[in-house]
Amino acid sequence: MAGLRVGLFVTCLIDFFRPSVGFAAVKLLEDAGCVVEVPHQACCGQPAFNSGDRADARAIAEQVIAAFESFDYIVVPSGSCAGMLRAHYPELFRGDPNWQPRADAFAAKCFELISFLVDVMGVTATNAKFAGTVTYHDSCSGLRELGVKAQPRRLLATVADLSLTEMQDADVCCGFGGTFCVKYPEISNAIVAKKVANARATGAGTLLAGDLGCLMNMAGKLARDGGGIKVRHVAEVLAGMTDEPAIAAPREQREAAS
Amino acid sequence: MTQAATSPRFKENARAALADGELQKSLKILETNFIGRRKQVADKLPEFDALRDAARDIKNHTLAHLDLYLEEYERRVTAQGGHVHYAVTAADARSIILDICRAAEAKLVTKGKSMIAEEVGLDDFLAVHSITPVETDLGEYIIQIRHEMPSHIIAPALHLSKAQVAADFRRVHKELPPNRNLEEPETLLAEARAVLREKFLAADVGITGANFLVAETGSSIIVTNEGNGDLTQTLPKVHIVLTSIEKLVPTLEDVAEFLRVLARSATGQEMSVYTTLSTGPQRPRDPDGPREYHVVLLDNGRSAMLGGQFRDMLRCIRCGACMNHCPVYQAIGGHAYGWVYPGPMGAVLTPSLIGIDKAGNLPNASTFCGRCEEVCPVRIPLPKLMRFWREREFERHLSPATVRAGLSFWAFFARRPWLYGFATDLAARVLALMSGARGRFRWLPLARGWTDRRDFPAPQGATFQAQWRRRH
Repeated sequence: MAGLRVGLFVTCLIDFFRPSVGFAAVKLLEDAGCVVEVPHQACCGQPAFNSGDRADARAIAEQVIAAFESFDYIVVPSGSCAGMLRAHYPELFRGDPNWQPRADAFAAKCFELISFLVDVMGVTATNAKFAGTVTYHDSCSGLRELGVKAQPRRLLATVADLSLTEMQDADVCCGFGGTFCVKYPEISNAIVAKKVANARATGAGTLLAGDLGCLMNMAGKLARDGGGIKVRHVAEVLAGMTDEPAIAAPREQREAAS
Repeated sequence: MTQAATSPRFKENARAALADGELQKSLKILETNFIGRRKQVADKLPEFDALRDAARDIKNHTLAHLDLYLEEYERRVTAQGGHVHYAVTAADARSIILDICRAAEAKLVTKGKSMIAEEVGLDDFLAVHSITPVETDLGEYIIQIRHEMPSHIIAPALHLSKAQVAADFRRVHKELPPNRNLEEPETLLAEARAVLREKFLAADVGITGANFLVAETGSSIIVTNEGNGDLTQTLPKVHIVLTSIEKLVPTLEDVAEFLRVLARSATGQEMSVYTTLSTGPQRPRDPDGPREYHVVLLDNGRSAMLGGQFRDMLRCIRCGACMNHCPVYQAIGGHAYGWVYPGPMGAVLTPSLIGIDKAGNLPNASTFCGRCEEVCPVRIPLPKLMRFWREREFERHLSPATVRAGLSFWAFFARRPWLYGFATDLAARVLALMSGARGRFRWLPLARGWTDRRDFPAPQGATFQAQWRRRH
């Protein structure tokens, strides 16, 4: 499988808020033998698609497909955006004689990062080390649209010194839901409050997940309620790249070092 | 529209629900009972998922040939001495029922649980016309004496605590000793049973819903746990089945498939306590049964759904699993949705029935977590159907102007990756600088929806793409 050309669709959230996750994804892909490229990109179009704005969603999708369809695989460090590319792009072009075949062929090559490593590249272990107890939140789209559940746990089990404590209702939504979290903030807050209570109950020092949207929501709630748990994208831990402060954590450490 | 919908005030309703401590306590039962029990019985049945496929396929087949099955069903019912009435609208259903009740000189009507009766607003209508309806399902009885809508399609009084019900019983059952013990569920049940027993015997007409209508035999079937439905439909001299056209299935064999998924999905029971078939009026050698048997088949927009994007919704067998598993429903309960059908199924069905202009919040108030679709016994793609409603809303310019403006501003950049890359890199650096060493914001302009309750994580600095292109 070595030498596969992989287009990294880094996602707009990681691009903007947390580039370190993008570099962790690159490391994991390169360690697995892939050649990674990063075409110019913006967003997968999900905010438009889920707001009922099909025209904009489609225009964005056309441009993503055109930029990425020449790769062997398109890999996305997010279940939600990967679900958009893989499950929903074909819906956008259904019945279009020109675009449907392109969208279908493109969609078949799109994968969420961790499931790509395990299911396609056959990665069975990492050489990372992480001293601490973690708990893992199953983000909804990755879990239900793409079947991402066992893969991250399997790789986490190979991280030296790491132990995983499952939280109650790990597979229940965190209340992010894209624009939902700002359209219905009170409801979103009630849902994320339950989620962080379950995370706290595990006693784990770090909360992991595979979607930055959910992570920002949970980290934001935890920080507002007094912190205590660090929040990171699972790729950071699997790549052994946890020097950056955790999500929503203070930057003192880095400044002290510089 | 029949019942006054408060769906346009969904946000206010939700806010009130979140602040209602009693309600929040009552809602815990969803997580402690419904979800675990469903999982337990589903896991015990290896063929459960195959049964769900079969149930979906039977409904799809029936819906594809609904005209033929309706005719067949009507023929059977009529041959057995029953009457089938087609009601195009809710108003039609009400007036058909009023006519039947008047012909029977009815003063007292007992009612089994029927969501269609809620949909057409039957109780209030009968009361206005001097006919007293008495709900005989315990949950429905409780919400009737409170003048409320059901908050859940199979557990109408789910939003209430025992103490609240006891207080209502004391308020309404004035003839009973005021200091009686109403602490236990059993004592509440016994009191309701004693009160209702007289009504069963005195009723002139019994109205039930139907879980299934069987084309092959002309039977209607109710699936219940309390036995009240049986008394409602066998004791009075007239039985009216108030139901809707999508309840049809071809054969009794098909019903058996549904029964295996319905109770498991709904209450986590393997079977409900009562599964009661009724097929026409009393025959000459029957020891009991109603003398008249009427079926009122409501359309109320369903034929239109049959030919459109929302057809899959007509498979729904009203088990309630989608709302039990919905994080939004779990947070706010059913009344916040503002009309008869709450939760994910309501978010799809309600806009069809009362209009997306009134019910626009419902399909929007979903995180699209997909848990509803995951547990639906007939595999209705509920998130996809909610998204269809969002598309309709967007096309009709019903979504808020600020949302539309924000979306088109964002889309302008998202469609131009070079420009997008430049703008976002600049913005990310500025925000990173603004946040200083804190790494997050406690407040940001235009982001109060987020920052009122959560900190907003700051960007790390330059964007990933900017950093990548400097290195490559």
